[in-house]
Amino acid sequence: MKVKMLSRNPDNYVRETKLDIQRVPRNYDPALHPFEVPREYVRALNATKLERVFAKPFLASLDGHRDGVNCLAKHPKSLATVLSGACDGEVRLWNLTTRKCIRTIQAHEGFVRGICTRFCGSSFFTIGDDKTVKQWKMDGPGSGEEEEPLQTILGKTVYTGIDHHWKEAVFATCGQQVDIWDEQRTSPICSMTWGFDSISSVKFNPIETFLLGSCASDRNIVLYDMRQATPLKKVILDMRTNTICWNPMEAFVFTAANEDYNLYTFDMRALDTPVMVHMDHVSAVLDVDYSPTGKEFVSASFDKSIRIFPVDKSRSREVYHTKRMQHVICVKWTSDNKYIMCGSDEMNIRLWKADASEKLGVLSSREKAAKDYNQKLKEKFQHHPQIKRIARHRHLPKSIYSQILEQRVMKEARRRKEVNRRKHSKPGSVPIVPEKKKHIVAVVK
Amino acid sequence: MSAEDLLAWRPQEELKDLPKDGPPSPSDDEAGSDGERKHWKLLEAISSLGGKGRWKLAERSEAGMHASEFSVGSAGKLALADLLQAAEPASSLATVKRQLKRVQVKTLALPASKEEVARVQREAAFHQSSQALSKWEPIVLKARQAEQLVFPLQKEPAASAPLEHMLRGWTAKTPLEREVFHTLHQHRQPVRDPLLTPVERAARQAMSLEEARTRRAALQRARALQSYYEAKARQAKKIKSKKHRRVVKKGKAQKALGERGPLPEGSAPSALEELDRRETARVMERMGLKHQSRGKRARALAIRTRYEPKARQARQDQLARNKELMQKHQAPDSEEEEEGGLLAPDVDQAQTDPTGSNPWMLRRPTSESREARIPKGPDLLPEPAALEDSASEQESPGADKDTWGKESEERQPLQERWEPSQDAEPVGPQARRDTSHQEVVSEVRALSQKLSKRGRPSRKKPEASSLGAVLPTQSSESMQTKVELGRENYPPDMELPRPVSGGPRAERIPEDQQPGVPRKQRKEPIIDIQNLLTASPPPGTPWAPEELEGDGERGQRQVIMEAFAGDDVIQDFLKEKRAVVEESQPKAVDLTLPGWGEWGGVGLQPRAKKRCRFLVPSPAGPPRKDGNRPNVIISETRNSSMAAHQVHVLPPPFSHPQQFERTIQVPVGATWNTPRAFQKLTTPKVVTKPGHIIKPIRAEDAGCRSSSRSDLSVVQRAPNWLSTQHRRNTDRAALRP
Repeated sequence: MKVKMLSRNPDNYVRETKLDIQRVPRNYDPALHPFEVPREYVRALNATKLERVFAKPFLASLDGHRDGVNCLAKHPKSLATVLSGACDGEVRLWNLTTRKCIRTIQAHEGFVRGICTRFCGSSFFTIGDDKTVKQWKMDGPGSGEEEEPLQTILGKTVYTGIDHHWKEAVFATCGQQVDIWDEQRTSPICSMTWGFDSISSVKFNPIETFLLGSCASDRNIVLYDMRQATPLKKVILDMRTNTICWNPMEAFVFTAANEDYNLYTFDMRALDTPVMVHMDHVSAVLDVDYSPTGKEFVSASFDKSIRIFPVDKSRSREVYHTKRMQHVICVKWTSDNKYIMCGSDEMNIRLWKADASEKLGVLSSREKAAKDYNQKLKEKFQHHPQIKRIARHRHLPKSIYSQILEQRVMKEARRRKEVNRRKHSKPGSVPIVPEKKKHIVAVVK
Repeated sequence: MSAEDLLAWRPQEELKDLPKDGPPSPSDDEAGSDGERKHWKLLEAISSLGGKGRWKLAERSEAGMHASEFSVGSAGKLALADLLQAAEPASSLATVKRQLKRVQVKTLALPASKEEVARVQREAAFHQSSQALSKWEPIVLKARQAEQLVFPLQKEPAASAPLEHMLRGWTAKTPLEREVFHTLHQHRQPVRDPLLTPVERAARQAMSLEEARTRRAALQRARALQSYYEAKARQAKKIKSKKHRRVVKKGKAQKALGERGPLPEGSAPSALEELDRRETARVMERMGLKHQSRGKRARALAIRTRYEPKARQARQDQLARNKELMQKHQAPDSEEEEEGGLLAPDVDQAQTDPTGSNPWMLRRPTSESREARIPKGPDLLPEPAALEDSASEQESPGADKDTWGKESEERQPLQERWEPSQDAEPVGPQARRDTSHQEVVSEVRALSQKLSKRGRPSRKKPEASSLGAVLPTQSSESMQTKVELGRENYPPDMELPRPVSGGPRAERIPEDQQPGVPRKQRKEPIIDIQNLLTASPPPGTPWAPEELEGDGERGQRQVIMEAFAGDDVIQDFLKEKRAVVEESQPKAVDLTLPGWGEWGGVGLQPRAKKRCRFLVPSPAGPPRKDGNRPNVIISETRNSSMAAHQVHVLPPPFSHPQQFERTIQVPVGATWNTPRAFQKLTTPKVVTKPGHIIKPIRAEDAGCRSSSRSDLSVVQRAPNWLSTQHRRNTDRAALRP
């Protein structure tokens, strides 16, 4: 008798190891897979909902300080190490993996105004209200040794900000003027000033390292060139800028955190118009830090929240807050682009995920593929009203919520008034000023 | 910046705000004497005393005509010679004076103010640094538009250079090396890249391009052919078909025969022997079983059997012989087996072993057999009993077997054949008993052929008749006992159930057995199928276990039917569709005004005529899309509940709704795309390695040149200037409170 047998190539259906998933023969005939748009829409909707379900950004709170945390610094070589300075002059080093304080130094009397690490990670500098600049070793003292700074510089005036050069043994302080210090010397190698007001913060450009930016309390932002030992340009805004941060991937872009609740991203070469005005905060913005990829930045505000803005968007994509978090004074984005740390008034340092719904830990390739697919779907259907609504929905504390409403009313009233003025005056006499230009008072050469 | 700009204290500017009606300004006539000036001052003072606009005294701070050498002003009119006025008494200076008058002197610009200088410096520095920054412009743009950015940006270490490049500048130094190289040179071996010996190089150069091409083509062809034959052989090797194998074997044999060559002519006995052997082989082959039905002769014989009894007999014999030979030897277990050993195995088993361990018995009955089971009453079953003795008497087991062998093939034709014989003259039992079974078959065949010529298709009653065809050959005693038992089940006066589609034989045979019973009575009882379905089968029937199973199934179905008793989905759907269609059809407009042109009152009804007149029929709408599809409803109205999910405003990057729709319509998922395409479509924009520190971009990462000078060295190059500036700044800071 003739027996007909099926014969197949085992390569087509047998998996190589038992850990592999089963091979599924596929037919891509579109007639067999109808309704692709509705199906993908539903998937996108589900992905968006799940993203909101899993959005649990708060990871840990590092407590131990006995006064408000005034400044934070990242370790340049170690992801797990963070330094923080408090308002009582105490500096603490933290290990993020164990979430423990590993070292405590009583560095200054009064506030620790600023803290920065050396580019090699071997030491760090602190400045305080006691008019001193102190350099400390990153490693703790040996047994029996006393906790002592490597070097102490006694200045004439109070220093309010410090930043270290990204490549060389140079650091900059600011107070009444911007001083550039060689680490080996006790006097600054260069001092630059323009105007007579106290400068609140100074930052080195991470890419073109000879450039510095500073902001003073007379509402201006001043740029300096360290090589030529001269200021470059000054832009005066409506209100005081608290701090600036340079984009680590785009050499000429920096963002300024302003008292008028907004952040301004500038192209350094054209200061008369900011590239983008980022508005969502409802109180003064106190600190800003870029993500190491240069695509986003995080801002800390007096309104007890931190927000994450994409660089090219004027509205924030995320807001983080907790009941206990008070005015956030300083914020940092960790160097692996994963976490955000913020130090606030109520003595705690908080650790957040940069992507609220991200799954921590190692992802399997299938998980990764699913994540990418969901991300793509969310992006594809982002303009659909239901998806947009769900993706944008955030719970806010009542204070912020009511303030937002109030400010919306105020803004609307202002707009209405302007429209009315324009309507009742000679055409062209009330020009339309774009939002970007509105807040710039002048650019001084 | 010119000197004029710097001179803030020019008299023209100073006196610009004088009243218009005032006297001409003194600067107009600069040559005027001192006395005039004093007079003018006096006048001015007096006028200012009386007037409301009290003028401030205009002060002049630049030198007048009599300038001293100690305070040199830069007013335009001062001549160098005037400086010599102080040295007037010395007459010897006259020549000098004259010479100086001749000299054309250009006035120098004042040094710029400190603020000005700083500003110019700042502008220059800003220009310089923004130029330095603009080299980043393309890199930044590229990064912003990149499909995917992978962080950290550190480049991989450069690949190591090949060994040949490293050895280019290397020469043999040690004696051993020198010796090795000497040997290599002596034997004309290659030392460096390309590694070709001079002979090889010469050969390569000797062949022309054309030649090389043809040769290469020939080689390629050979290789292709080889691979083709290999593939073919591999494929042929895999073929499992027995037939193919047989053909191959035969081919081989033929080949071998061919190899043996033609008959040897020379030696007669050997030739004869060879001829004999071949003939024997051929006869053996021809007489083999495989030629029994398909050979030319067999076919011709088959045709002849219809007309020649001899030929028929011969064929029967051959077939019988064939069967006999084919029969496998079986150990004689029981008498029954001996008797029915020649039955076809399935029937044999079915009849002999109703409840036994044979798994085939438990198989689900086909619809045919189930139907066939219905009339399996005693009415039908006597037939085999009637036939039995005739079969046992006359028919040889081989012949019986033979009919069985054909049976399966001829079942369907037989059904057709049996049917028409209803009309034909009944064959008497005696006659049937006398004639052999083959004769019956052949007769029937002939009849059926006649009838089929008349063109009477017959589809009805296949099952029962098939059973009828089966039954006559069942020659077992057990069968008969069963039949009798089945008969006992029914009361004698009651009509036995009959097949709905009882074959003619089924009807005929009881007639033979009970000739006294009138025909009418037999036709009278019609079997109620419902009754039958629920009736218990006669005991001992081989299908009994399955009957029970089927019952359970039916019960299940009944339960389901009861559960969904009121659920007529199809009717509901049709009703729904009818409603939708009616609703979608345009309605006629009724324009009648009740009471118009009539006497009013309660319960007024417009007249039918009027209603008819004012009823405006609306034109029929377009044909419905689902008009030809009874099982779907296609609604062409807009679904308002979908609006909440649809985009209302065209999002920014798109300029036309079509663009946006097209992007949405392209599916991304793996359901619609190949894995590679899916992977490509879902690449994330930013990829970061977990646990890696992402450092700010460097010029080296971006691929552009970075300045090698360190910032610090530049700062320290001009320490003097810096330190002075610093000192100045710190002093200023110290001065402030």
